[in-house]
Amino acid sequence: MRTILPLAITFVTGMIMVLNFFVPHRPFNSMGNSLSDWYMIVASAAIFLGAMNLLQVHFARIRHRARNWQYSPVAIGGFLLMLTAGLVTGVEEGRAFDFMFQNMVVPMGATMFSLLAFFVASAAFRAFRSSNWRATLLLVSAFVVMLGRVPIGDLLWRLVPGAASGAHPSLVTEIAEWIMQVPNMAGQRAVMIGAALGVVATSLRMIFGVERSYLGGAD
Amino acid sequence: MGGLLEKLDRIDRRFIYLLMALSVLVPLAFRLEMPIPVSPGPSMDLYEAVDALPPGSVVIVSYDYDPSTMPELQPMAVALTRHLMSRGVKIIATALWPQGASLAQNALTQISDSLGLSEYEDWVNLGYTVGGAVSVVRMGSSISAVFPRDRVGVPYDSIPVLEGVGRLADISMVIALSAGDPGIHAWVMVAQGRFGIPVGGGCTAVSAPEFYTYLGSGQLVGLLGGLKGAADYETLLKRDNPGAPGGTATPGMAAQSISHLVIMGFIVIGNIAFIAGRKRKRGGAK
Repeated sequence: MRTILPLAITFVTGMIMVLNFFVPHRPFNSMGNSLSDWYMIVASAAIFLGAMNLLQVHFARIRHRARNWQYSPVAIGGFLLMLTAGLVTGVEEGRAFDFMFQNMVVPMGATMFSLLAFFVASAAFRAFRSSNWRATLLLVSAFVVMLGRVPIGDLLWRLVPGAASGAHPSLVTEIAEWIMQVPNMAGQRAVMIGAALGVVATSLRMIFGVERSYLGGAD
Repeated sequence: MGGLLEKLDRIDRRFIYLLMALSVLVPLAFRLEMPIPVSPGPSMDLYEAVDALPPGSVVIVSYDYDPSTMPELQPMAVALTRHLMSRGVKIIATALWPQGASLAQNALTQISDSLGLSEYEDWVNLGYTVGGAVSVVRMGSSISAVFPRDRVGVPYDSIPVLEGVGRLADISMVIALSAGDPGIHAWVMVAQGRFGIPVGGGCTAVSAPEFYTYLGSGQLVGLLGGLKGAADYETLLKRDNPGAPGGTATPGMAAQSISHLVIMGFIVIGNIAFIAGRKRKRGGAK
């Protein structure tokens, strides 16, 4: 029963959603809508699970004096502070929650992402080597795209005598766009179609009970 | 010469960090600006698609990002919002990312106040919804089922700008500004693929290549890729509305240009040192 019930639920809900897609009329559309509503309710509940997990993990780190445990009280404090501010004052503009979001969360988030520029520069210097013809091809493509995605690429090209008045004053951008629209698009399509076929196959295996790893067991 | 190349190969990473910081800071501090030539492409396609919307039409702008990707996506959100509002297009803001709702509010109030428009009459921020693509599927039959209230709790039915807007079919266009998943994929697969609504997009530069497939198939009407896409949009907006205030992407392009050159310079140095080292090793082996 522990196996059959989840398999039956998966089969019925999966088939309803598939039928809803191909036959968007009663009763499948109303059943599909109800299942979508249920999905959003269950997904909302996952937010509470996430919050509980965050607290559990960080309290455990403090209790066991795990490495860098000193950051855990900050994480818990920040979480509780934002939660209280949101619940007590609401999220409207000018309230405490909004003030902290705009003046703390936003700049800190942007700072974390901006650090990536330093790591990318360092990693590119150490790892981006033309060790064979494939790596060299990648390197040349990257150079063209990097120059084509910023205005200085065409400005440098126009320093070449005759380039500015020629047929292709934005040659660097044009080549970069060609790389994006032809070889890149071909590769991306292959990846996307492959992934989509994989998703269809896995979904059908789950709906028909062939794939059961999501139940928690190996079989 | 060999010693110099060896030293270059082992360059201290702090030196790289310093040069990177300077390459970004100096152009910003001295307000260095570069002309941004916009050639036909995904940015111009999106601009023209928005420009062709008749006044009074209703557009969903989905702010599917968070503060970490805000430096790239917020300038395009501001430019797009200004373009839509100045053309008299009504905006319904949604967010598939929790923090996107607050960032949307920033852009909407900033532009709305400068143009003298009012919330609920000309635009509304419905806030965040959980569920990603499934919530977009549900919006196909009922938007109010997904957003029974707006971001601050005002009931859907009492909001004037939502009058006559019941489901995705009532929307003229969806523009998804996305930093990842859920985002453009969900809107293209469901809103465009299933309900036939034109979808435009904006994304970080690093994720732009994956969306070119949708441009090629016509499932995206246009795409703004990274800060360059935002700067393109600002330039086009300025071209057609010379009085409009400038955005933050255009000044940022000078910093990005210089930093790209610095990274390329380091890659070239690294490769010269690498090739010289390889030759030396081969020579030693002989």
